[in-house]
Amino acid sequence: MSTVEIKNLRKSFGKLEVLKGIDFTVEAGQVVCVIGPSGSGKSTLLRCVNLLERPTSGRVVLDGTEITDPDVDIDAVRRRLGMVFQQFNLFPHLTVLRNVTIAQERVLRRGRAEAERIARENLERVGLGEKADAFPAQLSGGQQQRVAIARALAMNPSLMLFDEPTSALDPELVGDVLGVMRELAGDGMTMMVVTHEMNFAREVADRVVFMDQGVIVEDGPPDQVIAAPRHARTREFLSRVLHPEG
Amino acid sequence: MTAPGTALAPHRGLSPRERRRIGRGAQYALLVAVVVALACFADWGAIRQSFLNAQVVSDGLPRLFAVALKNTVIFTASGYVVGFALGMLLALMRQSSVAPYRWIAATYIEIFRGVPALVIFLMIGSLPLAFPGFQIPGGVYGQAALGLGLVSAAYMAETFRAGLQAVPKGQMEAARSLGMSHGRAMLSIVVPQAVRVVIPPLTNELVLLFKDSSLVLFLGVTAAQVELAKFGNDQASTFANPTPILASGLTYLLITIPLGYVARRLESRQGGGQ
Repeated sequence: MSTVEIKNLRKSFGKLEVLKGIDFTVEAGQVVCVIGPSGSGKSTLLRCVNLLERPTSGRVVLDGTEITDPDVDIDAVRRRLGMVFQQFNLFPHLTVLRNVTIAQERVLRRGRAEAERIARENLERVGLGEKADAFPAQLSGGQQQRVAIARALAMNPSLMLFDEPTSALDPELVGDVLGVMRELAGDGMTMMVVTHEMNFAREVADRVVFMDQGVIVEDGPPDQVIAAPRHARTREFLSRVLHPEG
Repeated sequence: MTAPGTALAPHRGLSPRERRRIGRGAQYALLVAVVVALACFADWGAIRQSFLNAQVVSDGLPRLFAVALKNTVIFTASGYVVGFALGMLLALMRQSSVAPYRWIAATYIEIFRGVPALVIFLMIGSLPLAFPGFQIPGGVYGQAALGLGLVSAAYMAETFRAGLQAVPKGQMEAARSLGMSHGRAMLSIVVPQAVRVVIPPLTNELVLLFKDSSLVLFLGVTAAQVELAKFGNDQASTFANPTPILASGLTYLLITIPLGYVARRLESRQGGGQ
C-alpha cells in the first residue's frame, strides 16, 4: 500500500495552465474520488501521478520518494502504479490472456507459466476467467475495462489510478466495472479515481475532492462534499450532475 | 431557379433518356470500328511469327522458369528483406527524439525517392571505384539486394511511418503505464500493430519491387544469374525473334496479378472491421 503526497503541483500545456497549484495527499488504503466539470484538470492531475504528464513544477512524492526528481527511474515508479484508462487501451493484437501476461514477462521477468497463473487468477477476480483466449474486439466495453483492471492488478501495484473508467461505457455495463472497483476498495487497495459516478463516490470513497478550473475547491469525506457542499461551485456542479434535467 | 412547372414539363423531341442511349450506342460503334480497323491492317502472319512463335517458346521455357524466374524471385525477396528492415529503421528514426536521426532519415527518404532506381543501380555498379578493394558480399546477388533494398526502403519507411501514426496514442500510454520502457513498448506493442496496418501497401510494394528487379540487368550478370527481362531480351537476340520478350512479360503477370489480388483482398478485409 502506498501514500501519495502532491505539493504545489502545476501543469501548463503551452500558455494554458491546467493545474494551478495542487496540494493533496492520499493515505495508504484510502479511496479518493476526484470529481469536477470537464476541463477542470482532474485527469491531468491523475496522469501527473504516474508521470504520463510531466508536471511543470511542484512535487509528487510516492511512499517518501520524490518521483518528479528527473533522476528517478520512471519505469520503476510505474511498476508500483496501476492505471486504468477511459478508453480501456487493451492491446488489440493480443489475446486477453496475453494482454495480462506480456508486461509481467517483459517488465517483471516472470516466467510464462507463473505469469499465466497470475493472469488467470486476476481474470477470475474480475469475473472473466472464461474469456482468456478471446481478443479484445470480441468483448463488450465493460468486459474490456475489467480485463484492463486485471492487467493492471497482475503487476501487483500498491496504488491504482482510474481515469474515468466508466465514462466510455453503455449505461448497462457500468455496474459490473464499478462492482469490481468496489471489491478492490474492500480489499484495502489504495485508489485514486477520477469519476462522474456520484453514487460510487458516495458509497466507496473515503474522501471526495472537487476540482474546478485547475484548483481543488473542496476536499473532505463524501458526506460533506457530496451531501453538504460548502462552496457554491461544488453545489452548482453537483446539482447539474445529480439532476441533469434541472 | 426555374419555375417547377417548366423544369418538369416533358421535353419536346428527344428525352434525356433517349439521348443517353444514343450517346452510348455511338461509343460502342466507335470501339467496334477501331478494333475492326486494327484487325484488318495488322499482319497476322508476321505477328504470329514474331510474337507467338511456339518453337522459340518451347526451346526457352525450361530455362525461363528454372533460371530467370528463380533469379527474379531471389533478387526481389532479398531486396525486400533489406528494404523492410532498413525502412522500419528509417521510420523509427523519423520519430526519434534525437534530431539528427530525424534529419538523416528525412534526407535519405528524399534522395532515394527522388532518384530513379536505375541511377542507384548504376552507382552501385561503380562503388568499387570509390572504395578500391571493396566488394559487396554475394556478388551480383548482394548488389541486387542492396540496390533494390536501398530504393524500396525509402518507400517502405513512409508506409511504416503512416502505420506507426495509425496506432492510437493510448497504446503507448498503456504500455508505459505498465512499466515498459519506450523501446520495449515500441517493440512489443506499437510496431506489431503498425505492421498489421501496412500489410496491404507492403504487398503492393512487393509487386513494384518484383518489376524493378529487372534493373539488375545493368549490374552485368552471367547466364546463370539472368532474370526475366534480360532473359527475354537475350533469347530474343539468339533466336532473332521477339517472342521470348512477350513470354517474360507474361511470366511477370503470372506473379504480379495474384499478388495484386491478394493485396486488394487484404485491404478490403481490413476496411471491413477489426
